[in-house]
Amino acid sequence: MQPMLELCNVGYTYHTTAGETVALKDISFSVDSGEFVSIVGPSGCGKSTLLNIIAGLLPLSQGELLINGMPRDDYTEPIGYMLQKDHLLEWRTIYRNITLGLEIQKKLTPEAKVLIDNMLKTYGLYDFRNSYPRHLSGGMRQRAALIRTLALSPKLLLLDEPFSALDYQTRLHVADDIGNILHQQKITTLLVTHDLSEAISMSDRVLVLSSRPAQLKADYTISLSVEPKTPSTARNAPEFRDYFNAVWKEVDHGTIERAI
Amino acid sequence: MELSKEQSEFLHRQKKEKLQVRCMQWFIFLGFLILWELSADFEWINSFIFCSPSIVARCFWEMLQEGSLFTHIGITLLETLVSFSIVILGSILIAILLWWNPKLSKILEPYLVILNSLPKSALAPILIVWLGANYKTIIVCAISVAVFGSILNIYTGFVTVEADKLKLIKTLGGNRLDCLRLVVIPASLENILSVMKVNIGLCLVGVIIGEFLAARAGLGYLIIYGSQVFKMDWVLLGILLLCIIAIILYALLHALEKQMKY
Ligand SMILES: Nc1ncnc2c1ncn2[C@@H]1O[C@H](COP(=O)(O)OP(=O)(O)O)[C@@H](O)[C@H]1O
Ligand SMILES: [Mg+2]
Repeated sequence: MQPMLELCNVGYTYHTTAGETVALKDISFSVDSGEFVSIVGPSGCGKSTLLNIIAGLLPLSQGELLINGMPRDDYTEPIGYMLQKDHLLEWRTIYRNITLGLEIQKKLTPEAKVLIDNMLKTYGLYDFRNSYPRHLSGGMRQRAALIRTLALSPKLLLLDEPFSALDYQTRLHVADDIGNILHQQKITTLLVTHDLSEAISMSDRVLVLSSRPAQLKADYTISLSVEPKTPSTARNAPEFRDYFNAVWKEVDHGTIERAI
Repeated sequence: MELSKEQSEFLHRQKKEKLQVRCMQWFIFLGFLILWELSADFEWINSFIFCSPSIVARCFWEMLQEGSLFTHIGITLLETLVSFSIVILGSILIAILLWWNPKLSKILEPYLVILNSLPKSALAPILIVWLGANYKTIIVCAISVAVFGSILNIYTGFVTVEADKLKLIKTLGGNRLDCLRLVVIPASLENILSVMKVNIGLCLVGVIIGEFLAARAGLGYLIIYGSQVFKMDWVLLGILLLCIIAIILYALLHALEKQMKY
């Protein structure tokens, strides 16, 4: 099967007047279609840089990057990208926030509206569609941001610490919600997180990056024996602790925040 | 909803205090007018130089009847509104240009800062030489008072919009124009309104400076001409009307601001 994402010796260097920062070095890995892969690594190691390159926000200056078998720049389908904060626009209603991407791409078709209405209902936001973001709780806002991203029907989704602005309880909840949604829809997902439990419980695979310049240090395939596998049940699987300890050993500890 | 006893007492106290403040404000104002009037009537002060409320009121009434009052007010108001509109539209456009082109903004920044800190009344005499003693000078004068600060403020508002919000638009496939119309401008509306509130006052100042030097009509002309021919009632009436105009214009913008709150 064609992998959805293939990186081969990808590197990136920032240039500023203060000097140059090598953020990524020789990163190679591939992600299969429908796979959920987490990336962990110390803060400042280059995780966001990596996602920015995949999303096309930064140019690919070293190495090779194929998406669905095509070079990065030839892949024109939408790539979903969720940031740390929800960045809902305060002056737009939830509905108009969700349709933002479709509006930009002039794809606000009746079919798209049906899709959005369905997602709003499924994720419990339908009654809030005409409210403004400030009336919603943190978890609801993050779900709205997810719908905004999914409304473009991306085949590839990049999540950059999407839950870290939420408090612990809400985070578990939202991670559960979003994990289930993404597994159902079989969207290929790359999740950057500094929470190892989150990474292990949500993913099919966990990649560990070294501190800067980021290099791929370890690649764990996670298989947990729980049914049904959701982010919260996964934490009770017997293998969970072993994976946790293994990943924990690989990560540079000085900089990892909150491990458990 | 039923209010608790403490809450309604609290509200009652608040209301009472507000009323007291209002009463005191009117008391000071009326007290001042009465004292002024009495001092003039009993010749404690020279009413030729210091005038008196009743003389100003009579002057107001006369000018109202002969209609010249409307001419003066209308001209000043028109000049203010024209220069205000040009300042606002112009500075939004220029701020957009600067935002769009960071290099241009780097090049022009020192000029803007210097022009902004220049006392603009110093420009008025040159403007008269260049443009003649007419309404053009007055409008350009008013624009010069307000426009540089206005550009700088609006531009600063533009560039302080959260970078991640722009990133969001890009991740959704938007270009720079989308960033501008979907994020930068809507996020700056509040700031633009507060810039407008400052500028309406500045434009009025600029118009009066211009009218002092280059007008044949208008409230600034009324004030300067009145002082030259020792008609102090014109001067004071002019100042009073300016106060009222300033308050009304400010209140209008304030109401607009309230309207815009989503
Ligand atoms: N625009 C930039 N210019 C210069 N250096 C940058 C820039 N963005 C990030 N960096 C540097 O690159 C390194 C990696 O950043 P980032 O990818 O954001 O790390 P992470 O997401 O893993 O915390 C950091 O050391 C950061 O200081
Ligand atoms: Mg980051």
